[in-house]
Amino acid sequence: MNPSALLQVEHLTMRFGGLVAVDDVSFSVAQGAIHALIGPNGAGKTTVFNCLTGFYKPSVGRITLNSPESQATFLLEQMDDFRIVRDARVVRTFQNIRTFPKMSVLENLMVAQHNHLMRASGWTFLGLIGAPSFRHAEAASVERAEYWIDRTGLAEYADSEAGALPYGEQRRLEIARAMCCDPVLLCLDEPAAGLNPSETEQLSELIGYIRDHHHISVLLIEHDMSMVMGVSDHIVVLDYGQKIAEGTPEEVRNDPAVVQAYLGSDDDETDNAADTTT
Amino acid sequence: MGHGDGRAHFYVMDYFAQQFINGISLGAIYGLIAIGYTMVYGIIGMINFAHGEIYMIGAFIALMVMVAFGIGEGGLVIVALLSALLVSMALTSLYGWVLERVAYRPLRGSQRLAALISAIGMSIALQNYVQLTQGARVKTLPPIIQGGFEFQFGDTDFIVRLSALQIMIVLVTIALMAVFALLIARTALGRAQRACQQDQSMAALLGVNVDRTISLTFVMGAALASVAGLMVTLYYGVIDFFVGFIAGIKAFTAAVLGGIGSIPGAMLGGLLIGFTEAMWSGYFSIEYKDVATFSILVIVLIFLPTGILGTPEVEKV
Amino acid sequence: MRPPFASPLLRDAVLVAGIAGVLAFPFVGLLLTTQGTAPTLSTRFPEFAGAVVLIFFGRLGISAARRGHSLFPIVLGIAMATVGAFSLLFETTGMAADSAAPWHAFVPGTFLATVASAGGVAIAVVAGRNHLLRDSVPVAQKPLPMKQLLLWTGIALAGVAIVLPLLPAVDRRLIDVATLVLTYVMLGWGLNIVVGLAGLLDLGYVAFYAVGAYSYALLSVTFGWSFWVCLPLAGALAALFGILLGFPVLRLRGDYLAIVTLGFGEMIRIILLNWYDFTNGPDGISNIGRPSFFGFQFAAKPAEGTESFHTLFGIAYDPVHRLIFLYYLILALALLTNAFTLRIRRLPVGRAWEALREDEIACRSLGVNPRNTKLSAFAIGAMFAGFAGSFFATRQGFVSPESFTFIESAILVAIVVLGGMGSQIGVAVAAIILVGLPEYFRELQEYRMLAFGMGMVLIMLWRPGGLLTHREPTIRTRPQPASA
Repeated sequence: MNPSALLQVEHLTMRFGGLVAVDDVSFSVAQGAIHALIGPNGAGKTTVFNCLTGFYKPSVGRITLNSPESQATFLLEQMDDFRIVRDARVVRTFQNIRTFPKMSVLENLMVAQHNHLMRASGWTFLGLIGAPSFRHAEAASVERAEYWIDRTGLAEYADSEAGALPYGEQRRLEIARAMCCDPVLLCLDEPAAGLNPSETEQLSELIGYIRDHHHISVLLIEHDMSMVMGVSDHIVVLDYGQKIAEGTPEEVRNDPAVVQAYLGSDDDETDNAADTTT
Repeated sequence: MGHGDGRAHFYVMDYFAQQFINGISLGAIYGLIAIGYTMVYGIIGMINFAHGEIYMIGAFIALMVMVAFGIGEGGLVIVALLSALLVSMALTSLYGWVLERVAYRPLRGSQRLAALISAIGMSIALQNYVQLTQGARVKTLPPIIQGGFEFQFGDTDFIVRLSALQIMIVLVTIALMAVFALLIARTALGRAQRACQQDQSMAALLGVNVDRTISLTFVMGAALASVAGLMVTLYYGVIDFFVGFIAGIKAFTAAVLGGIGSIPGAMLGGLLIGFTEAMWSGYFSIEYKDVATFSILVIVLIFLPTGILGTPEVEKV
Repeated sequence: MRPPFASPLLRDAVLVAGIAGVLAFPFVGLLLTTQGTAPTLSTRFPEFAGAVVLIFFGRLGISAARRGHSLFPIVLGIAMATVGAFSLLFETTGMAADSAAPWHAFVPGTFLATVASAGGVAIAVVAGRNHLLRDSVPVAQKPLPMKQLLLWTGIALAGVAIVLPLLPAVDRRLIDVATLVLTYVMLGWGLNIVVGLAGLLDLGYVAFYAVGAYSYALLSVTFGWSFWVCLPLAGALAALFGILLGFPVLRLRGDYLAIVTLGFGEMIRIILLNWYDFTNGPDGISNIGRPSFFGFQFAAKPAEGTESFHTLFGIAYDPVHRLIFLYYLILALALLTNAFTLRIRRLPVGRAWEALREDEIACRSLGVNPRNTKLSAFAIGAMFAGFAGSFFATRQGFVSPESFTFIESAILVAIVVLGGMGSQIGVAVAAIILVGLPEYFRELQEYRMLAFGMGMVLIMLWRPGGLLTHREPTIRTRPQPASA
């Protein structure tokens, strides 16, 4: 294992009763790179995400995050979900979109800056009296939110209810919201699901932009193979909860175990994997 | 006390046995009400707040039928009881059906709180409907099932009583439970109910009539509650328009304690609540018996949120 | 000649009246009474028949109006209203006793008569409106400028509230009712933080109201402290209770939380009822200190060495001064609650509450600490209930556990949900409808709670989202473009 990696997952195992959803999986995510986690349906990808972000407590394993700025090390498997976001700054999105539907897009992005703003508002007391320091902090937060609203092409919706946005815009809103948490590692759970090819293309650009201009590492679960192969620096393949392959897109594409796993299943990914292999 | 150690020991045992018997009979009644809560919660995920009132209505109707048969004036006890049981079950079921049809079904698919508010509104309306039409004063029924067994352990003067009524309550409860378990396990209706519990839209796609299944769930819950109402009337001999509220909360506690959605759980929870209440009243203070019940509710929900027989729920992320 | 719509409507009305008849027979048609220990059963068939006939015609009229018929339901409604009104006249003037008027048998009892006349009028009005609207061409509706509309409604309501006691037509009774309504408005606004903003269904809110009332009562009676000293203390104690009770249970999901808070509410009431040494049990605490106007008593003869409110202003003593003062006191407290809520909604914690209501998992994925956020909502909501509780104690001069039953919590939750979950004006409107109207029609006192319960159901069925569902974002990117 690479000790200088941003995130290190070692021997991660997650059992639900008798079912082993994730079985002794180890991998690492390098600083400033895009990693993808792929595999057939039910391979345990989302479970890995849930363990990384504290929504599940893994049965066995260690998840280490080496913060690039503060040099601190966090053991994510021991932390509560909201502390992982607040302290270790690992932020995720969801496969089934989870916006705050009745709040506006801007409000969604303000909630993402909650901890920062809470401190600035003196745990509400400074905010109640309208202290200038809080007003400045709030203005800065709005600016940051507007930056990501522009980046994700949501400008025309900024003051609309999030729940009223078209599907693709809601997906982008989730990414913008995650970016407002100021992450060091961004975990995207099937961000291209339900998007049309041109939207997927935009999404790839956005993910690349996040890596290149903000030097943020991205961990990606995705079924769209052309997108994964195009955008990823490194790919980990799961099947039945186990890691069956890992490497660059080129290596994974030619790995017989991967071809086997995909051809063995009847999913549409089969075609995608076969396409990209040729 | 002047008694020897051995006698004091017998006294303690006797007292405990008496409270135990009382607790079981009370628990059987709570269990029957709890089934209505647990089934409705299992299938549509709402607390049927008016279920306690359904039970109260069942008790009133049963009492009326018994009085109509001339109870207390040497009428035919068995005929009166059976008629009371059947009429009360039929009418109370109709109340349950109408309740769902009028106050809950139009709100399915609205925000969750809407149905709960509607249920609270129905609970208040039904309580006041009975108070207005029948008056606020308690209605009494003289004991009509008498006799029983008396036990005496050792040579203390404390007599443990097991009344025929208590035996009847437990037997009726067991019989209903058995019928009920068969109904759920073996019939098409039971299968439909279980299917709706898992996934309503899938059940509908597979040809289950979801509306009908939910209606029948309310009907069954109401029928069982009316039996509980009849038995409470016989057991305590006193009812009023307000009996449904506290009994409803206790029965709901029982359903949660047993594991919401689980019918054996509701029965087990009912027994535990009845038992706790009897022991608490017997050994501590009768004024605080409701506090004891609520404390159990809080403790169970904190440490065992899925109840004793409930299935643990994995948070869907 | 048979009207073409008759048969399905008739069948429906017969069915509904039949089911209602079966349901109502034991309760309306029979009467259980207890003589000595023996229960007896008597019959009330005229009332029962009247009720069934009423339901039949009512249903007939409603479905006819719904299907767009106009002439028939209008005639039917007017007929019902007329019969009902005559009947009501007979009942209330006592003529019924010695009159053999035929319609008396059809609509017996004040209640049925009232329902018949009100229902008849409603049916006629709805049908009449349908008739008028039928020929009008639907105009493309412009979306209402809700923000301005709500703002002006709020200002108008506040203005009316401020000048109300000074209006010439206003008597003591109206001030009393208005004070009561304002107490519920304040409690509703406090609970709105918990239920409307944070989405935590609290069915035991009355517990904090009780804590506030008893805190003030005990502090006032034991130490003789003044209202203004006790008010913040009562709020703080209630907030502390909120944290203590909230800490163990706030991770529970919606309905479970509801039932546990209900349990807590009842527990507090039972403890107040049984802890004689501390609370004086069911007898309650009396002689609680009355509030003073910054030290000036509202009394005809002030205590030695103090001055009274009326001597201060050189006016004649009038007991209504105290009522008006209490009215303005609760108005000020309520407006404070409102201002606080409006402000805190725009702060990070307020947004976190609303986000928590929308999606707790998403909140956690953004680093929001759900426990602390919920606790803060619970504690602040409890604090306002504590303030309102001490106002209640000082207004009554007496508190007992009887005032803090579950029904109060239910009314408050109903106010918040009917108002529209989070809408401040909605809460005020709902409080006026649910508390003010029934309180003002004291003649129908007996039927108040029945009507209240049915009203809750009907309003939910009519508007499942609440009366006012508009939500204004707490922050905007740029100034709103001028509405065209």
